[in-house]
Amino acid sequence: MNLTLEIWRQKSNSEKGALETYPISEVSEDMSFLEMLDVLNEELIEKGIDPVAFDHDCREGICGMCSLYINGEAHGPDRRVTTCQLHMRKFKDGDTIFIEPFRANAFPVVKDLVVDRSAFDRIQQAGGFVSVNTSGNTQDANTIPIPKDDADTAFDAATCIGCGACVASCKNSSAMLFVSAKVSQFSLLPQGKVEAKERVINMVNKMDEEGFGNCTNTGACEVECPKGISLDNISRMNREFITANVKK
Amino acid sequence: MSKSTFYTSIGYKILMALSGLFLMFFLLQHLVINSLSVISPDAFNEASHFMGTNPLVQFLLQPVLIFGVVFHFIMGFFLDLKNRKSRSINYAYNKPSANSSWVSRNMIISGLTVLAFLGIHFVDFWIPEISTKYIQGDMSGMHNGEFRYFHELHEKFAAMPRVIAYIIAFIFLSLHLLHGFQSSFQSVGVSTSKTRMTFYKFGNIFAIIVPTGFILIALFHFITQH
Ligand code: HEM
Ligand code: SF4
Ligand code: FES
Repeated sequence: MNLTLEIWRQKSNSEKGALETYPISEVSEDMSFLEMLDVLNEELIEKGIDPVAFDHDCREGICGMCSLYINGEAHGPDRRVTTCQLHMRKFKDGDTIFIEPFRANAFPVVKDLVVDRSAFDRIQQAGGFVSVNTSGNTQDANTIPIPKDDADTAFDAATCIGCGACVASCKNSSAMLFVSAKVSQFSLLPQGKVEAKERVINMVNKMDEEGFGNCTNTGACEVECPKGISLDNISRMNREFITANVKK
Repeated sequence: MSKSTFYTSIGYKILMALSGLFLMFFLLQHLVINSLSVISPDAFNEASHFMGTNPLVQFLLQPVLIFGVVFHFIMGFFLDLKNRKSRSINYAYNKPSANSSWVSRNMIISGLTVLAFLGIHFVDFWIPEISTKYIQGDMSGMHNGEFRYFHELHEKFAAMPRVIAYIIAFIFLSLHLLHGFQSSFQSVGVSTSKTRMTFYKFGNIFAIIVPTGFILIALFHFITQH
């Protein structure tokens, strides 16, 4: 199929960017979206044009590196997939496809479609872990009984790959879905409960400091999240935040 | 609870939800009293006189209510502005309808419409009440030998433009609550995987029944005098 791509080009963070039009032909519907961009970049390089910069790594939906706002939605029109898992068969011959970087002030553009999502790393560093002290007699995790429901819910939360689609889709650029997934994945388990109070407070404070907006429960994040992280996590985080502050 | 608890995004969210929940409770109470005007003018007069002269209502609940309303909309403006500022460059092509409802994204628009209505409502009812009671010092609630409340209400709804303005405002209130009701339970962390859908359903019922009630009462008074 033949397509017209409207791609955001921006040389660097300090320079102004703009959409540029690139026609592309003979796109196979079996290609992934990123493979289609690879083909475009080959063509651009041959013509001596700077290729389009975009993030990717695993290309199988597990690393969370790929991003892209495609035709008005994070990771494009399909559900529960990342951009690397999006297939060109979701588009039709003759379509115009808008490709923009994830937009949020907390995710500054590095180049073209690449944004800096290290704000997420800093939120993680503020509390998204279980401290392992080298006491020498740490209990084996498998000897601690955990109710199946809790284990499942924690696991579901842990499937968040930190891609940032939730922030990109949210009209407020709120990071609540990501942060609440990271809070829940630990706080539901006995190993994580020990530090639950400090964790939720520190991670929320860091989230605010990084300049993400305020959640208004539109639910856009849950719909666009490639891993189907549930809004229940946000409610759980609100609950934990209240109890952590009351019992401080 | 430390002072800084509320100066966080979740703190603001909780305060927004609590003020919203309080306003919804007030709305329900207001609807119950208004419906008396349809069932029995006497009962409506009694209830209005009680609410209008009881010191607890007048000097405790009324200031709390005014504070609640003012707090809610100032906080609403503040958060809306903050949220807009968290994305300086917008998408050239965005499709929010793919992932969220209009009502959830436009709380500021439905809120502003309700605020405009509150302005009219204050001029219509609240200012005359305050003026009669506290400026002219007439606490009797009487006019020409009978309670004045029912007549004042009834006569206000003679004018078609006012009735239309009321209907529009309550439609927007309904839109506000279609999102706001369930949202507030999510904000305060009460909602869980098991209860979320119940809050949605109950919220839809509340958001439709309560504003419709106000509309029907306005229409009742309009129709019965034309
Ligand atoms: C009787 C009148 C009103 C009632 C019953 C009401 C109720 C509510 C409720 C229940 C919420 C949800 C809170 C949450 O998500 O946690 C809400 C949110 C909101 N309200 Fe109102 N409201 C009223 C009037 C207003 C007015 C006059 C404004 C003026 C601007 C306003 C602006 C907003 C905004 C912007 C939000 C979204 C804020 C957020 O979710 O963070 N509301 N309202
Ligand atoms: S919650 Fe979903 S959308 Fe947000 S970062 Fe995690 S995987 Fe991505
Ligand atoms: S490249 Fe790893 S998730 Fe898409």
